[in-house]
Amino acid sequence: MIAIVDYGSGNVAAIADIFKRLKLPHAITRDHAELRAAERYILPGVGAFDTTMRTLRESGLVDLLNEEVHGKGKKILGICVGMQILGDSSDEGSLAGLGWIPGHIRRIDAATIPERPKLPHMGWNSVQLKAASPLFEGVDLERGFYFLHSYYFDATDPASVIATMQCGGELPCGVARGNVFGLQFHPEKSHANGVAVFRNFATL
Amino acid sequence: MLRSRIIPCLLLHKGGLVKTRQFKDPKYVGDPLNAVKIFNEKEVDELMFVDIDATAEGYEPRMPLLRSLAVESRMPLCYGGGVTSAAQASRIVATGFEKVSVSAAALARPALIKEMSEAIGAQSVVVTIDVKANRLFAGHTVYTHNGRQKHKQPLLEFCQQAVSLGAGEIVINSIDRDGEMAGYDLELARQVRAAIDTPMTMLGGAGSTEHMQGLIDAVGTVGAAAGSFFVFKGPYRAVLINYARPARLKR
Repeated sequence: MIAIVDYGSGNVAAIADIFKRLKLPHAITRDHAELRAAERYILPGVGAFDTTMRTLRESGLVDLLNEEVHGKGKKILGICVGMQILGDSSDEGSLAGLGWIPGHIRRIDAATIPERPKLPHMGWNSVQLKAASPLFEGVDLERGFYFLHSYYFDATDPASVIATMQCGGELPCGVARGNVFGLQFHPEKSHANGVAVFRNFATL
Repeated sequence: MLRSRIIPCLLLHKGGLVKTRQFKDPKYVGDPLNAVKIFNEKEVDELMFVDIDATAEGYEPRMPLLRSLAVESRMPLCYGGGVTSAAQASRIVATGFEKVSVSAAALARPALIKEMSEAIGAQSVVVTIDVKANRLFAGHTVYTHNGRQKHKQPLLEFCQQAVSLGAGEIVINSIDRDGEMAGYDLELARQVRAAIDTPMTMLGGAGSTEHMQGLIDAVGTVGAAAGSFFVFKGPYRAVLINYARPARLKR
């Protein structure tokens, strides 16, 4: 069973709807027993870094997720700000992230984007893979995904970056380290490509 | 590379979808949930809903309807209509809308833009500005309340103020061109593009994919929104929900 972590941030309903269509066992949940029984996790997240991190802390789920993900090695997929909080820290706030993938969340430097529109990075953009990843199996990379953000995951270890996109320069948009995965774009709002990513994550 | 967004803009009125001409004569064009299902199948870039009664009649965003639209949608969504507080905007984002648009409330109290930006992030704050061409002064006048209330704020200054307060996108809605399907106001688009560097979207006038390509040629990567073009077919405006992109954006 895939648990969509319901801590009050992010579009849990749209993600659940995709798993329902794929006929994959899933649950939107914050229940400790149910979360411990899950095999994998989706960690959504929208809004500011600190707000998202604080909401997760207040939900009382940080220790549980640390044990299940960091301790037992269960797979987790962070989406958008749910991906950013996998890192250590952010330009956007002062709270510490989960620190499962070493890195700092940086604001995209608008000066590197030659033409308008600059920020936020809003719309459909292509992605490039930095390493073969089963997460992107069957994805039309040229078509890409829907992005909506002004910050990116600056990973400490370049090997953690599995996908990039062009926004000014080449910036990371997919990170992975062992059992922990993160995507900056919104797969739940990216039609067939997004559905493919969720299907792939379910069978990783 | 980041692509231009081709965006159907759907008007909510008395529980159904309507399309207006110059903000008047709402014609029923279908059911909102059914439209989401069709646009899912068409793999639409982005979808915008505007409740055209909310501000005029003074009611709050209708959350049960928004929730049902968000659950069904596999494309990004924006909602506008009757939003007056950051708390409402947070609830709409929590429901599954990526972006929340404000217009009348932001003109009345620009600080709302900053409050929303702090609550949901600049990337989710859209400021929509309805305008009418002002022939006398060769400029544009800002309106709210479905074109009934005129505002003194100069358009381009207000665009810049909105961005400086934390708007992530500006939508310019041309009242004169609404439903006319004769093309966007490209000169207006160029003026707004020159004034701000955030994403912008033009609405009002699109009647063909050539009009959309013309807008992209004029201002670069942009949101090209339309109402009539995506809900009517043929010279007699038969209702048919459809979607098309300029040939260069085909994928």
